[in-house]
Amino acid sequence: MDVILTSPAKATIIGMPAVVLSVLITLIGLGVLVFIVSKRLIPLNKAASDPRMDNIKQRLINAFMIPHHKMPRYFLASVIHIIVLTGFIIISLRWITLVFTGFSDFFVSPGLGGVIGLFYGMLRDISATLVLCICIFAMVRRIYLPKRYQVPSRYGRDKSNETMLMLFLIAFLMAADMFFEGSLASAQAQYGIYPTKLLIPGTGVWAASKILSHTPIAKLQSVYLGFFYFHQTAFFLFLCLLPFNRFFHLMTSLPNLFSMKLKKGAIKPVKWGVPDDKLEDLESFGVKKFEDFTWKHMLDFYSCADCGRCSDQCPANAVGRPLSPRFISIKAREYMFNKYPVWGEAQNTDEPLIGTIYSEDEIWSCTTCGACEQECPLMIEYIDKIVDLRRGMVDEGMVPQSIQKPLSALEKRGNPWGKMEKKRADWTKVLEKENGIKVNMIEKGDPADTLYFVDSITSFDDRMQDIARATAKILTAAGINFGILGSLEKDSGNEVRRFGEEMLFQNLKSINTEEIKNSEVKNIVTADPHAFNALKNEYAGIPPVEHISQTIVKSIKAGKIRLTGAEDTNKVYTYHDPCYLGRHNDVYEDPRAAIDAIPGIKRVDMEKCRDRSFCCSGGGLMLFYEPEEEQRMSVLRVEMAKQAGANVIITACPFCLVNIEDAIKVCGMEGKMEAIDLAELVAKHLG
Amino acid sequence: MAFQIFTYILHKDGVVDDTAAEMAAAAAKLDPAASVTAIVVGSKTDPVCSSLTASFKEVWKIDNDALAYPNSEVIRGLLANVIPKGSIVLIAHDHFGMDLSPGLSVKLDGAYLPDAVGFEGIEGGKLKAVRQEYSGQVSTHVLCDISGGAVITIRPGSFTALAAGSAGGSVVDKTGDALTSGMPGGKRRFVEVIEAEVGDVDITKSEVLVSIGRGIGEQENIEIVNELAKAMGGDVSCSRPIIDAKWLEKSRQVGTSGKTVKPKVYMALGISGSFQHLGGIKGSPFMVAVNKNPKAPIFQVADIGVVEDLIEFVPMLTEKINEMK
Amino acid sequence: MDILVCVKRVPDTAENEISVNGSGTDIERDDLVYSVNEWDNYAVEEAIQIRDKVGGSVTVISVGDSESEEVLRREMAMGADKGILISDGAFEGSDGKGLAVILKTAIEKDKYDLIFTGAQADDGAGQVGGMLAAMLDLPYASLVNFIEVSDDKKIKIGREIAGGQQEIDEIDLPCVLSIQTGINEPRYVGIRGIRKVASVEIPVLGASDLGIDQGLVGSAAAKVSRVDYFMPALGKGAEILEGSIEEKADKLIELLKSKGGIK
Repeated sequence: MDVILTSPAKATIIGMPAVVLSVLITLIGLGVLVFIVSKRLIPLNKAASDPRMDNIKQRLINAFMIPHHKMPRYFLASVIHIIVLTGFIIISLRWITLVFTGFSDFFVSPGLGGVIGLFYGMLRDISATLVLCICIFAMVRRIYLPKRYQVPSRYGRDKSNETMLMLFLIAFLMAADMFFEGSLASAQAQYGIYPTKLLIPGTGVWAASKILSHTPIAKLQSVYLGFFYFHQTAFFLFLCLLPFNRFFHLMTSLPNLFSMKLKKGAIKPVKWGVPDDKLEDLESFGVKKFEDFTWKHMLDFYSCADCGRCSDQCPANAVGRPLSPRFISIKAREYMFNKYPVWGEAQNTDEPLIGTIYSEDEIWSCTTCGACEQECPLMIEYIDKIVDLRRGMVDEGMVPQSIQKPLSALEKRGNPWGKMEKKRADWTKVLEKENGIKVNMIEKGDPADTLYFVDSITSFDDRMQDIARATAKILTAAGINFGILGSLEKDSGNEVRRFGEEMLFQNLKSINTEEIKNSEVKNIVTADPHAFNALKNEYAGIPPVEHISQTIVKSIKAGKIRLTGAEDTNKVYTYHDPCYLGRHNDVYEDPRAAIDAIPGIKRVDMEKCRDRSFCCSGGGLMLFYEPEEEQRMSVLRVEMAKQAGANVIITACPFCLVNIEDAIKVCGMEGKMEAIDLAELVAKHLG
Repeated sequence: MAFQIFTYILHKDGVVDDTAAEMAAAAAKLDPAASVTAIVVGSKTDPVCSSLTASFKEVWKIDNDALAYPNSEVIRGLLANVIPKGSIVLIAHDHFGMDLSPGLSVKLDGAYLPDAVGFEGIEGGKLKAVRQEYSGQVSTHVLCDISGGAVITIRPGSFTALAAGSAGGSVVDKTGDALTSGMPGGKRRFVEVIEAEVGDVDITKSEVLVSIGRGIGEQENIEIVNELAKAMGGDVSCSRPIIDAKWLEKSRQVGTSGKTVKPKVYMALGISGSFQHLGGIKGSPFMVAVNKNPKAPIFQVADIGVVEDLIEFVPMLTEKINEMK
Repeated sequence: MDILVCVKRVPDTAENEISVNGSGTDIERDDLVYSVNEWDNYAVEEAIQIRDKVGGSVTVISVGDSESEEVLRREMAMGADKGILISDGAFEGSDGKGLAVILKTAIEKDKYDLIFTGAQADDGAGQVGGMLAAMLDLPYASLVNFIEVSDDKKIKIGREIAGGQQEIDEIDLPCVLSIQTGINEPRYVGIRGIRKVASVEIPVLGASDLGIDQGLVGSAAAKVSRVDYFMPALGKGAEILEGSIEEKADKLIELLKSKGGIK
């Protein structure tokens, strides 16, 4: 190979071998980077434990599959991001190569010689050009940032400047490499030497070589060396700046995805490794100060790319509650950066997070619907953090007045309204009188194979009792020998746990578990997805649990029940996915199959359906919480149904039904829109 | 034997409170033969005293500039100086009566019977009275030994006021006796009264609530309800849908998620009566429901039901009340 | 500032239908659950907030049977430093005055700057505080919904009076105050909080420990005693007014007048 331009490894700059500069830049760059990263690891070492090393195979698959699976949910943004990500993966080889180029003349990475190298070079040129264009596009867009991505003042400062700097650095890295290579190409062209690489018209390198095509060789030599060292300096600067902003996810996303939560539907234990019966011995509950978070939750904070998809999907954010999941992460990261600075000593304060970076209302505003987690391409966890923060507040007595009464009623009576236990089975009386269906009472010794777990709202609320009766009719029609616990049943505690009252949840759970075991049933069915979730994911040692929609579909398939033609063919139905049935338990198809089994029924899906379903504003204790909000989630949901062209909303959860029926009245759509529970709909069409 | 009964008269700005005539009725019910003396404490009380002479044989006056604001700590001392032991003292069970009476019964060494809503005669020196417990969910009969004197507070509104008669009573100035040892009760000093914020009505304190629900239909219709509330001397409250529509401020919401109210009279206009709403109403008020749906659950719990469209009914009611006044 | 709060265990009546037992001697208690009187809970919260601000201690005291220990523990879990249970068969049947005598005797064994009671209880009438103050010869204020501790000689208080007004007074210490709901937002106490104080000993004092004159307490000394319970006449649904819309309005006005609905 003819040498026209002296390579960095051989050149001298102001009488000094350039290789010294290479060594200096590399050593300082790497040294500082290691220093910074080690500082960033300090809080993780002080954090609570969190075992995430089980099921390694699944974790490895997750780490590489999830982002590609999740990102296209926002199509354009994801296409752009995938190009940049792929570009970075391709170019990262080049960056490594360039580090060695500083020491060794025309270093070639192993495996990248010959034809492969030629192709790699072309691929790299195209990638770099695309990345450069995208960076410039992103910088321009940042100037005209859409409002929904702006930072409301209550959540902190705008970070556009940092992002601009990082985008500029990436663009500069691309451009510098182009000029480094372009100057060589120009020199080769001027000397008529066969070029080291193939220049693809339109790529950055090609453009740079054109710009430099008439530059004299002596000058080209300076450009060549200059851009090499600009690049190397910018490269290490870029690396060292990553841990200071949203671009940290370039380093943390792989470990974060690897250590993602594998079990859906269950809230993390108060403290990993402490069994339920030893909870009492704990000094403190939940997250009060920053170090109470687990290391994984801190890694989440580092990993947040600030993309805003969580908040975009968050129903609490949509109705103007003081919660935006994005800023749960961002505020914590800022706090972490300040408390554990890279330069200087860590602050040794134990101030409470509530009142410092989070407000009480902010943490109570979450309905635990899971829309944020469903959307996050980096699988950042929110619900567990919210619940941990609530546990901390409950432990300190900081519970909104409106929730204290239902909590104490749950403690004393096993239901949030403080209704008498003996009235829990009152809904069966009408059923026996009007339909001649006698529900087996397990407490009275009636035998049953299947337990119908009714839960509080369906037992006590006048309207929701219809769901219980419909469920009983379906089970009877399907020939299932079922019974209820009656006064022995307590609230499942799904929301009690999510409101941070762990000890009360444990009490309810152990009472229910005991009674379920005593009942000797073989399986459990419920029409309340909250109960379904708790029994399935948080109880242990009880028979398998089914949601009524699953039972219906099975019974239809087995020919045990047959549904008659749709009552009113003018009605257009839409199915609203309850969070605790859909997102938390992946039951999307059975309810739809059950509806579609009604001959002649018209069903449409709302735009936000299945795992993007929009929360009705929450169940259980959420009914008692009065957040500050601009409108109700359920009202938005009713409007979505209207937009889909439906005039009947089918829910499969008593809380959804309460909220949506209320919303229909609130927006004055009585007569135009109605709501019905899946069990009621099916019961009406029993053949 | 006839009892010596005293009734403590509430008055403000020279006007006798409605409860005075109720106390007179209660005294008459307790012992028709008793001599009943009204006690008026305050400053510049002559008009009050003279208006009472129509209803009471005797009106005792304790008048001093320092008594312009009724400080129960002071008044308790004054009363203890003039009321003979063994007397029966009737006081309205309101914020002042609650402040004054328990301690007064100790000072007079008599029994204390709080918050009576009815008397059912005297059995062997013991007064049989009716009280309410658990927010009016149950009533009880109590026996109160009044032979050694008693202080009894009467729930306002529970005795039908006696019409002013022509008792032709006289006013006796007891100021000197009351103040023999100077002004008592210096350990608690009145500073000021802070008025309720204008436009920010505390519905939990309202005795008459005119409450609206979804049946109001449109925001413009709230005006007719404001008029009714004004005519009735009550405040406007509402159920949750009105808050959601932002037609009234949150502080006016009655219900488990809003305020818990304890009015005497509750007008539910266009409210269907969800248990969340009813959960916010305590103390068993006299409840009137106006709803065009005869099947509205509110009719199950209301005392009086009117099946009409409130948009028509309410303006008519307002007009009639105003005419009557 | 050393603060004593008198608390009481009462049936929790929020959602429970109270009914009278067959013989009318008592309410039906089989299905009732009990908790601390709501007003007392506000009083304890206020005491804790004052202590946390100016220092001192909070003691909770209750006259009742052994089950009242549960409410004392709950208040201790909130943050009260000490609990005292006064329990003796001889106290049964005491009227309000008898209770005041018992509390007075117990209070005189120690020195307190502030004594709180709840403004009322569901099964009482807000009488003990006022009597207690008179017996101890201390100044008293009822329905207190605001407290500002100015110095160790006197405090500023607000009282809830009619029509949303607030009466502001200055009151010398020591004094007795009955606390109204809404003065603060009581903190939450869960099962965990109660278990934390489960092993703290709560002294139980009887008549002889207090050296109380037994002639002043118990049913024999009570001048006021409950004879029976009965259900107030309840409507079976609303009385629906009939007639023309005008007749309905006229009838309603008459009814409203008699019920104090027109002022």
